[in-house]
Amino acid sequence: MSLLIRNGRVVDPANSLDAVQDVLIAGGRIERVGRDLPPAAAATVLDATGKIVCPGFIDIHVHLREPGYEYKETVASGTRAAAAGGFTAVCCMANTRPVNDNRSITDYIRAKAAVEGVVRVYPIGAVTRGLGGEELAELAELAEAGCVAFSDDGKCIMNAALYRRAMEYTLPFGAPVISHAEDQHLSRGASMNEGVVSTELGVAGVPAAAEDIMVARDILLAELTGAHVHIAHLSTAGAVRLVRDAKARGVRVTAEVTPHHLLLTEDAVRSFDANAKMNPPLRSKHDAEVLLEALVDGTIDCVATDHAPHAGSEKEGEFDRAAFGIVGLETAVGLMLDRLVRPGALPLATLISRLSRDPARLLGLPGGHLAPGAPADLTILDPAAEWTVDPARFQSRSRNTPFGGWPVTGRPWKTIVGGGVVFE
Amino acid sequence: MGWTRKDLLAMRDLDASEILLLVDTAATLQEIAGREIKKVPALRGKTIVNLFYENSTRTRTSFEIAGKWLSADVVNFSAGGSSASKGESFIDTAKNIAAMSPDVVVVRHSSAGAAELLARNLSCSIVNAGDGAHEHPTQALLDLLTIREHKGHFEGLSVAIVGDIAHSRVARSNIHGMRKLGMTVTVAGPPTVIPPFVQEMGVKVAYRLEDAIRDVDVIMMLRLQHERMTNGLIPSLREYSRYWGLTLDKLQAQARPDVLIMHPGPVNRGIELSPEVADGPYSVILDQVTKGVAVRMAVLFLLAGSKGAEQA
Repeated sequence: MSLLIRNGRVVDPANSLDAVQDVLIAGGRIERVGRDLPPAAAATVLDATGKIVCPGFIDIHVHLREPGYEYKETVASGTRAAAAGGFTAVCCMANTRPVNDNRSITDYIRAKAAVEGVVRVYPIGAVTRGLGGEELAELAELAEAGCVAFSDDGKCIMNAALYRRAMEYTLPFGAPVISHAEDQHLSRGASMNEGVVSTELGVAGVPAAAEDIMVARDILLAELTGAHVHIAHLSTAGAVRLVRDAKARGVRVTAEVTPHHLLLTEDAVRSFDANAKMNPPLRSKHDAEVLLEALVDGTIDCVATDHAPHAGSEKEGEFDRAAFGIVGLETAVGLMLDRLVRPGALPLATLISRLSRDPARLLGLPGGHLAPGAPADLTILDPAAEWTVDPARFQSRSRNTPFGGWPVTGRPWKTIVGGGVVFE
Repeated sequence: MGWTRKDLLAMRDLDASEILLLVDTAATLQEIAGREIKKVPALRGKTIVNLFYENSTRTRTSFEIAGKWLSADVVNFSAGGSSASKGESFIDTAKNIAAMSPDVVVVRHSSAGAAELLARNLSCSIVNAGDGAHEHPTQALLDLLTIREHKGHFEGLSVAIVGDIAHSRVARSNIHGMRKLGMTVTVAGPPTVIPPFVQEMGVKVAYRLEDAIRDVDVIMMLRLQHERMTNGLIPSLREYSRYWGLTLDKLQAQARPDVLIMHPGPVNRGIELSPEVADGPYSVILDQVTKGVAVRMAVLFLLAGSKGAEQA
């Protein structure tokens, strides 16, 4: 099977390419990228005039919820949501039930993904058994089984000695640890950011310092051990400053940011909407501005959604009892095109890089570029498409988004994995 | 201006004219308490459900009496010994109660936003009788009525609110109400119970009781919850009482002779208030309770009564 994508604007940051060109795909791989490739060369020709052809987007922070929470999401529904959102690969976090802290769970997820997955699935293994924060999981076997990173995401490993050992132990595997940076003493009982809004609402807040303290600690541990530490869902200006300083000193630290921390602030909580409740919480306007700057200048390496599906019943009750997290796969790309790229706050090529080349490099994943021989994973964007976020139409099993009803210009047009179209 | 809202959720939502309408209405309804037959037909045929998810004697009783004096049918639902103790969710319970067509649901809940949640989901009127540390609008209204009865006006008065501001819905509702009516507010307490950025709500902050109570017209003392100690916010009740308890000595040394002492109750005697102060000549604490019934009558009447009056 071969496919020729003609006349699209090809943006491939890894190869410094941004030009109207054709992409020829054969055998599931990129064959050639160039001007005026002969249509006769391909079995199928796709006219991408007016569209933007990118390396397939990779979301390194997704909760697929399977096994154990299939009422929220499954590998099948979560990867359909990914494809609909323009993602060709996702990394799934370990807080399933049972926890992905041993190879049989990793094998199960990979087997499910092989049969039912619509996009590529890379599991992330737990650092500690049962996410208990007390004993290391069998990390070598998890790595051998295909885990691309290790994280207790959702919980912070409060024991610095244990986390240090995890970093040392995983050094030979070339897979980073991913930190959920949150001092759990400072965050106890909190449902939102600590600030003027939490004060007015009388809702317990978590100060930015709860994140900053752990980012500082993990940077110091990365320095001590030589390990690569990746900070999940950076949300504070202070954490940005710490990561920037650490990078300047050559520490192996990387970071991601979610679309919602770029686009929303703590003001969204004012109506007690549980879809504005996530961890880390929505922060101040200043934090959001600093995060965007850091994404543009590369202090933050990539965008990840922290796609966290929950059933309606887990989100409809009292604010302080509602579950943390929102779905993100199906809204991320459109929202960032509309709210960040269109007004000129984020260059298109930078966004594409932070969604493809940079996450692939960060975790050593295949793809992320369009050089000949690369996997034929592509995301094609329609920058002019006008649509409205309608949670009822999500591929995800869950609907928990604060973006319902938002008008958006720009969205994924086709998602291609291994040369096959998985969404259009 | 008449009353147009479906619900009473928060003082933050109201403008000064709405607050004054509520206070004025309550002032006229006060005389019912002095009648031999304490009953007017204003809410005859209306059903009020008191949905209380948190213990409360005073507020629930006050709403119940208010509803009954207005001739409404009042039903009390408390979470203990109900479907809530069988694991039914709050929102499910509320929807079930709404399916029985009440006109007003009065809700008390430990979660901030609980009243907003019901207002969004139910078509009947919702009265917030206290939601977590968020708001307690009828308490603020009765405090305002008490202040006006004693001082004659609002504009230019100064108030000190003393105690655990961070966890106090009474403080929040009063701050909003008092600021909108042109009063100046100082909040005071150990820094661990003063919430961050509270100045942005338009108040001053004092970290010494003496500074807070000097020259103010009203001192409102808040109840100190005992669990604040175990949460590490204060070292001991003894120390709190020594530095933050209002005694007659401190009062006479620092405060104006015509100061009003208020407290939303129940009072921890000997902790935030010494008995001589709680029961002394400056105290209007029981007057607040009396005014509470009038304020709740006004709220219920404005929410449920006007529609009926138009139809009749």
